Amino acid sequence: MSRAAVLHRIRTALCRSEGQAILQPPPVRLRVPEVEREQRIANVCRAVEALAGKTHRAAATHGARDFVGAALAGCSAVASNAPFLAECGIGTLPGVRTGFTDEAALRAACTSADVGITSADYVLADTGTLVMLSSPEEARMISLLPPSHIAVVQASRILTGLDELFSVLPHPADVTSSMVMITGPSRTGDIEMTLVRGVHGPGEFTVVVVG
Amino acid sequence: MSVDFDRKIHGALANQKQQRAIQNATGKMKAGREAMVAPEILPDYQELRAQANALKKHTIDHLDHYLEEFERNVEAHGGKVIWAKDATEVADFVLSLARDRGAHLIVKSKSMTSEEVDLNERLEHDGLEAVETDLGEYIMQLAGERPFHIVGPALHKDRYDVADVFEKRLGVGRETVIEKQAAIARVRLREKFLAADIGISGANFLVADSGAVVIVENEGNARLTTTAPKIHIAIAGIEKVIPRAQDLAVFLKLLARSATGQALPVYTSFLSGPRRKTEIDGPEEFYVVVLDNGRTRLLPDRAKRQSLYCIRCGACLNTCPVYRRVGGHAFPWVYAGPIGAILTPQFLGTSHEPALPFASSLCGACADVCPVKIDIPRVLLELRSDVRKSEMREQRNRVEKLTFRAFAWIMTHPRVYAMAAPFGVAMMPARLRERFGLGDPPRRSFRDQWRGR
Amino acid sequence: MGNRVSLFVTCVVDQLFPQIGLAMATVLERLGYEIDFPEQQTCCGQPAFNNGYWAEARDMARHFLDTFESCERIVTPSGSCTAMVVNHFSELFRKEPEALARVEALRGRVWEFSAFLTEVAHVEDVGARLEEVVTFHDGCHALRELGIRGGPRRLLAHVRGLELRELEPAGECCGFGGTFSVKFDELSRSMGAAKADAIVRTGARAVVSLDPSCLMQIRGALARAGAPVRTMHLAEVLASV
Repeated sequence: MSRAAVLHRIRTALCRSEGQAILQPPPVRLRVPEVEREQRIANVCRAVEALAGKTHRAAATHGARDFVGAALAGCSAVASNAPFLAECGIGTLPGVRTGFTDEAALRAACTSADVGITSADYVLADTGTLVMLSSPEEARMISLLPPSHIAVVQASRILTGLDELFSVLPHPADVTSSMVMITGPSRTGDIEMTLVRGVHGPGEFTVVVVG
Repeated sequence: MSVDFDRKIHGALANQKQQRAIQNATGKMKAGREAMVAPEILPDYQELRAQANALKKHTIDHLDHYLEEFERNVEAHGGKVIWAKDATEVADFVLSLARDRGAHLIVKSKSMTSEEVDLNERLEHDGLEAVETDLGEYIMQLAGERPFHIVGPALHKDRYDVADVFEKRLGVGRETVIEKQAAIARVRLREKFLAADIGISGANFLVADSGAVVIVENEGNARLTTTAPKIHIAIAGIEKVIPRAQDLAVFLKLLARSATGQALPVYTSFLSGPRRKTEIDGPEEFYVVVLDNGRTRLLPDRAKRQSLYCIRCGACLNTCPVYRRVGGHAFPWVYAGPIGAILTPQFLGTSHEPALPFASSLCGACADVCPVKIDIPRVLLELRSDVRKSEMREQRNRVEKLTFRAFAWIMTHPRVYAMAAPFGVAMMPARLRERFGLGDPPRRSFRDQWRGR
Repeated sequence: MGNRVSLFVTCVVDQLFPQIGLAMATVLERLGYEIDFPEQQTCCGQPAFNNGYWAEARDMARHFLDTFESCERIVTPSGSCTAMVVNHFSELFRKEPEALARVEALRGRVWEFSAFLTEVAHVEDVGARLEEVVTFHDGCHALRELGIRGGPRRLLAHVRGLELRELEPAGECCGFGGTFSVKFDELSRSMGAAKADAIVRTGARAVVSLDPSCLMQIRGALARAGAPVRTMHLAEVLASV
């Protein structure tokens, strides 16, 4: 392995010595705007819909359950172990399987499920982005394998944007091996610049905001 | 220029279908970018560019420090950093790991760096199956071609070309509807994702303070590549490092806007290490291969060092009047467009294609759109000077050198210039006169007329 | 500030388009400037610089410094030559502190013609008249290296009888690029053809620019396209009465 060789080349080229101190980096630049709650929610809905996603606003958890139930309409679904989903009673909807802790079983379920249902750790209002941290409560593949993804999120988790995200979570690696930011349904323009959704990830994307 | 380069340019200009495809695709991306960085939409745009440039400059100027910090943090999270000095070492590592783990099937998400090191050829040579999963890359892999554009690898192919490729290589019935073509790829590749032993990705950023790789995409193939297989290997050039996770607030705002005119890519993955103990899914092994392969050669020269700031957005390709006419395959190496024109001579030496730095009118449109403010024309000019210096050393192209020497001598001897120049003008070949719409030469030069005033 | 102005007409104007230099002088004199023409002037060295022959370019740059450094203000009818002096001389001499100091002392006094009018003379109406429908080509050096965009348009807006139509697409290179036009002839012609098309689409009968080299390239392209559109330097428009 060429660790020493590569580092040596770098140091020689930069005229630096091992362990030499560095100059101060440019200061972190985070500009968090003031946006009140209702506007944040409106921004999320507008942004998601602009990306051909769907949104629904529920005042309380049972509203979320009703909506998801209707959206599922007989399809099979896998729901994550997110406490908020449990609070909303998603796991008790017909066709919904949840509580997976074994990867193989989860993968098999997700491969055949029509819908993956998750919550989200944060939502970024300006771009309608879901921020999902991998954890025992949220497995990665639920928002990835099934062709449709429904996220049921708490309004209180909506941040203004990337800047606020990195203000409240400056070190994602401290808490998870995988933070994924999801902005709309999977898409490609690789053939004739023609937009096609759902190439590998879900082609249908729904955000339910509760509260 | 080399006969090959000349021929490729000529071929590209004669290929009307390809011209239209490139103009259409790059035009859309160019317009998308313009809309998304307009002052009304992104008022901080110039400030973000300045910050991105400052961050890259600082990081590259202290690259050893940040690579070591990155490595410490990767290891702290249970991953491993592999330092590869060249293409061979990348392939050697992947092959030995594959052999050791009994791996046969590899899925790959988009990585220009893996193109750079011809990884797939090496893997296939050793009997491994390496499948590209980005739709454009998949098409190009099936077609046996190199990617045409950093962001849109198959943008020069229309649906009929794709139908041909799929019919021939996948044994499917001829399908020309684009949505259905994508569906075919989805099904085929889904199988591969779920069966693969190793997932190999690139990385847009290596985050030093987190030991994390950041991967952006729109399809979801990179997520699948880095989630489903038990082993994840990310390959990235050493220059991809950024200091802090928080700096992503600057870079992510610029990257997708500059590339395709999206506010953010559909998926941004921030991956640090294999799955944590309590996580349900994700790879069990995590490796980051940091590649030199000549990047350290770009470090010593301060004026050229900025070539390493590139975040591979493709904006320079989409705006370059030359790239938009000749496309990616006219360029001699995997990197095309303005960034390719400055990286290729620095990685492979100017003699690889001495004409490449000159294949530009120096219009500067690339520098205007570069999110990290690389002054590409400046680097092109430096490379032109390098080409001339090596020509002098090797005693090549002597006639042109002597011509410019004579030109400079005349221009530093005004009385000679005043007498000789009108002759030069009078003797201008008709071909040049016609080329620039010049009629008969003026009867008197400006200086003559001025003296007569 | 005094009202003395020295002309750097550029080798291209001197030998191929003297009328541009004369038009520029006419406009400046009309505005009350006293003009001189340092006879030692030749070339800024850009062709050598752009071709990588930097030693030769340095010789010409030094000659430029010798010729002009005692002048109060230098005005030139070329965006690319101005950019050469103002932006690139310092790259040429980055290893020669003395020459570099001379460059630093001079570069603030070298002006592209339209920028001189708007930013030094502070005029936008030079009393010109030209009944014509024109379009304007932003040469890349003036546009991107010198940041010149609004000034020429404001100057043209004050020309009586003139109608200005904008090119679409805007800001595209005409394809000259110095020896690029010869070494990459096919590419250069393709870019020129696109420019000619855009010009013709505006319906304008003349295309105006700040750079004689762009005008040359565009002239050839228009001729090949069979388009009856003439090329004019901004100075020639502003000198019209």
